[in-house]
Amino acid sequence: MGKTIIEKIWENHIVHSEADKPDLIYIDQHLVHEVTSPQAFEGLRLNDRKVRRPDLTYATMDHNVPTRGRDVIKDEISKKQMETLRKNCADFGIRLADMHHPDQGIVHVIGPQLGLTQPGKTIVCGDSHTSTHGAFGALAFGIGTSEVEHVLATQTLMQSEPKTMNVRVNGDLEAGVTAKDLILAIIAKFGVKFGTGHVIEYTGEAIRNLSMEGRMTVCNMSIEGGARAGLISPDATTVEFLRGREYVPEGEAFDSLAGKWLELATDEDAEYDVTLEIDAGEVEPQVSWGTNPGMVVPISAATPKISNVENKDEVRRALEYMGLGEDQPITSIEIDHVFIGSCTNSRLPDLQNAADIVKGHRVKEGVRAIVVPGSFSVKMQAEELGLDRIFKDAGFEWRESGCSMCLAMNDDIVPAGGRCASTSNRNFEGRQGSGARTHLVSPEMAAVAAIEGTFTDVRKFTAGVPS
Amino acid sequence: MEAISEHRGKVFPLERSNVDTDQIIPKQFLKRVERTGFGQFVFHNWRFDDDGNRRGGFELDDAKFEGASVLLAGENFGCGSSREHAPWALLDYGFRVIIAPSYADIFYNNAFKNGIILIKADEGKIRDWMRKSEDGTYNIHVDLKQQEITDDDGNAVPFDIPGYHKEKLLNGWDDIALTLLLDEKIKEYEAKQPKAVTPLANDGIFK
Repeated sequence: MGKTIIEKIWENHIVHSEADKPDLIYIDQHLVHEVTSPQAFEGLRLNDRKVRRPDLTYATMDHNVPTRGRDVIKDEISKKQMETLRKNCADFGIRLADMHHPDQGIVHVIGPQLGLTQPGKTIVCGDSHTSTHGAFGALAFGIGTSEVEHVLATQTLMQSEPKTMNVRVNGDLEAGVTAKDLILAIIAKFGVKFGTGHVIEYTGEAIRNLSMEGRMTVCNMSIEGGARAGLISPDATTVEFLRGREYVPEGEAFDSLAGKWLELATDEDAEYDVTLEIDAGEVEPQVSWGTNPGMVVPISAATPKISNVENKDEVRRALEYMGLGEDQPITSIEIDHVFIGSCTNSRLPDLQNAADIVKGHRVKEGVRAIVVPGSFSVKMQAEELGLDRIFKDAGFEWRESGCSMCLAMNDDIVPAGGRCASTSNRNFEGRQGSGARTHLVSPEMAAVAAIEGTFTDVRKFTAGVPS
Repeated sequence: MEAISEHRGKVFPLERSNVDTDQIIPKQFLKRVERTGFGQFVFHNWRFDDDGNRRGGFELDDAKFEGASVLLAGENFGCGSSREHAPWALLDYGFRVIIAPSYADIFYNNAFKNGIILIKADEGKIRDWMRKSEDGTYNIHVDLKQQEITDDDGNAVPFDIPGYHKEKLLNGWDDIALTLLLDEKIKEYEAKQPKAVTPLANDGIFK
């Protein structure tokens, strides 16, 4: 019987295996950021340990960094956290893309951009959205700070072998329906814990037809479905994306490596522990209405009726927090904030697609809209294409790169009671600011919401149908 | 990590499912560079308003639950981010045992690494304990060696726990020290790997 890519990567990385114990697996790439690493470095110091493989470790700062006025960090504690990372990287010899470095950006944007992310690698980071890198056919997952310390000290992790799950997307997405809508629809259909204990491989025509950026959006939100990781078998799209990147080899060495990458793809006769299916054709643009990423409906729908659901208390509490009624049409919801950014949707095509919609329009009065490119490089490329002008002319704010309003650790906060159309990944209570209300959408839907001030089907908007 | 073999304490019932790590400890408290001092912020947004005043209505702050050290919760506890600040906050507040029908994977690993006893129990049993613990007088005794939960009335319920986690909790073992015992294996593995074509180097950019 053939093997899945998940099994192949796992087997390639076993350092030590014992009955009834997790395997010790080798980690090929460790990404580090300022929030989840200080205590890990402190642990190394206390035990007089070194970083085993600084050459396989790469750090940046993204969670806390201001997205404007970077020379002055007003928050003393944020400043201390960034200074701590700077010192830790210097002391332990780790490469750091500091706040002003041209390679700086959200850790899950710069890994692929630099070519550090490659098929077949095991990649970890003290961040749950590490699953993003799975888009390349890497086994990439988030870890806690104790595990960050473990990887720094040993370049390995104790992990039990995951169960395998195939999420097969049949058919192709309709025009105007994006990778973001697809992953939101998957989580809405199967729930916020369907993936627990599993690594998901996304397969099917719709997945094959996605760009690498679209695939990253899908894999990024695997954790929102509870999965340990999500990935996609590498193909020609993967290889072409990586060709010429800074940390991949050139010429014959690249061709040889690319051949090995393609061999990792799941064998035709491989079997998964679980297979789930969804029809791409049934996916509409999606909008989250509640306080977890499974509380999502199509734009044409309404919030749930409490009498129709099993988890009545949870739905009632979510509607109350969100300031929404039951059975309220999504198109009737008025927003006052728009955030285009985050490790889910801040790459160049995300910004291009949003800019295509924004061009020639104005942000609705009373709406504050910001665009936060995923990396310094994305920002530069967007500016070369004039996207910054399109956004600014329409009334958007154009910022420096970072995690920003996805989790509001810096100054980019939605005020209490504010309502945000956000291209990020989590709509938990207080995520974008205490008392803030988050609606997860695609960049295209966020752009339309900025112009209309309400949620509107992007397909009707681009077709010129008055709302 | 401190060894732990048993624990007796008051039960606090948190009758919610999908409690995410943003609720356990909101992001504004992730900026500390230490592992300690997070307990005061646990479930902060449910307990306090923006000015730091108690909202009231969240039962953990009710006097009858003072000193509670066993947390009962609904399914998928600890979903969301990988922040280890979540178990740090729960432990620092005083919770040594968590009982829920299911946990998010990363939280599950993180909590064990900090010496919290995590128990998966069936929903029916949890509902029963939730009801019994409502008035703040219900205590249970968790015996990790025997894998048994006993209440003051002598009702005993067995529980499952992965042997690997149990052994580490009982001995208070340090994961890294254990792995370093396998250093030769790691070296062997590394020796078999092709040299990276473009290795990363410390180029001094962080000066």
